[in-house]
Amino acid sequence: MASSWLPRWFYQLASPRWCYSITGKLIPWFAAIGGLLFVIGLVWGLAFAPSDYQQGNSFRIIYLHVPTAILAQSFYMLMAIAGAIGLIWKMKVADMVAKSVAPLGAALAVLALATGAIWGKPTWGSWWVWDARLTSMLVLLFLYLGVMALNSAIESETTAAKSTAVLALVGLVNIPIIKYSVEWWNTLHQPATFKITEKPAMPAEMWMPLLVMVIALYLVFGLAMMLRLRNEILTRERRAGWVKELLGS
Amino acid sequence: MAFETFADFLNMGGHGLYVWLSYGLGLLTIALCLYLPIIQGRETRRSLRRRIQRESVKS
Repeated sequence: MASSWLPRWFYQLASPRWCYSITGKLIPWFAAIGGLLFVIGLVWGLAFAPSDYQQGNSFRIIYLHVPTAILAQSFYMLMAIAGAIGLIWKMKVADMVAKSVAPLGAALAVLALATGAIWGKPTWGSWWVWDARLTSMLVLLFLYLGVMALNSAIESETTAAKSTAVLALVGLVNIPIIKYSVEWWNTLHQPATFKITEKPAMPAEMWMPLLVMVIALYLVFGLAMMLRLRNEILTRERRAGWVKELLGS
Repeated sequence: MAFETFADFLNMGGHGLYVWLSYGLGLLTIALCLYLPIIQGRETRRSLRRRIQRESVKS
């Protein structure tokens, strides 16, 4: 290891064996809490939150649309950061995280775009407009698909990890574009519901179920990510002693 | 409750199709994102176990 100024858990994270065991312990918790919050948020948002005075009940799509859009962007940042760590410290686990996240991020981007289109039809009268927010989200989906295509096209795992990391880092420029697209350009899309510096514009009984759904989906997709990561660890470390010990008995 | 009857809930003030289509897609996608890695993990462990057994027979 190059230097010792990084905390100990950082080096533990670098160990596939340690990651396999810690994710094994975390998975039941993510499943239980994530599942519970998901059911609460779903029932709360669909049946109990008041309807919007302008949009009526179609506004309830927000409880799926906003969390998936937030997660699609967070997962992209995770993928780019993991890729960068893999490039800089040659950390195998970071490469595996980046690879595991990509298909989930793509699924989230598809879901955000699809729920947005379905919401757009009754609200704007159109499934799709070539507007800055929608277009930059579509670019996000294409970036995910590009990373996935590179991963499957390149035979060598280390070369694939390097190329996808570079692509993911270049594509990172799209994230602030998505965020500020509603402010920089004239758009049909409404501004952000949650802002760090201000109170939400909607009443608490509307944004609280949304917050629950955001946390629930972080946990559920975190769970999916750990499941993928564990498969990746087993496959790549199949020649390691601990894997043989784990599966041999 | 924001709705009087269950039929009202399903109808979503005339926007039922849009709301339920969104949530249907969402549930399907989330289910697939969890189900596929579980199936794949089972397959990976099974094939690795077979491989380890073969190797231990050889040596």
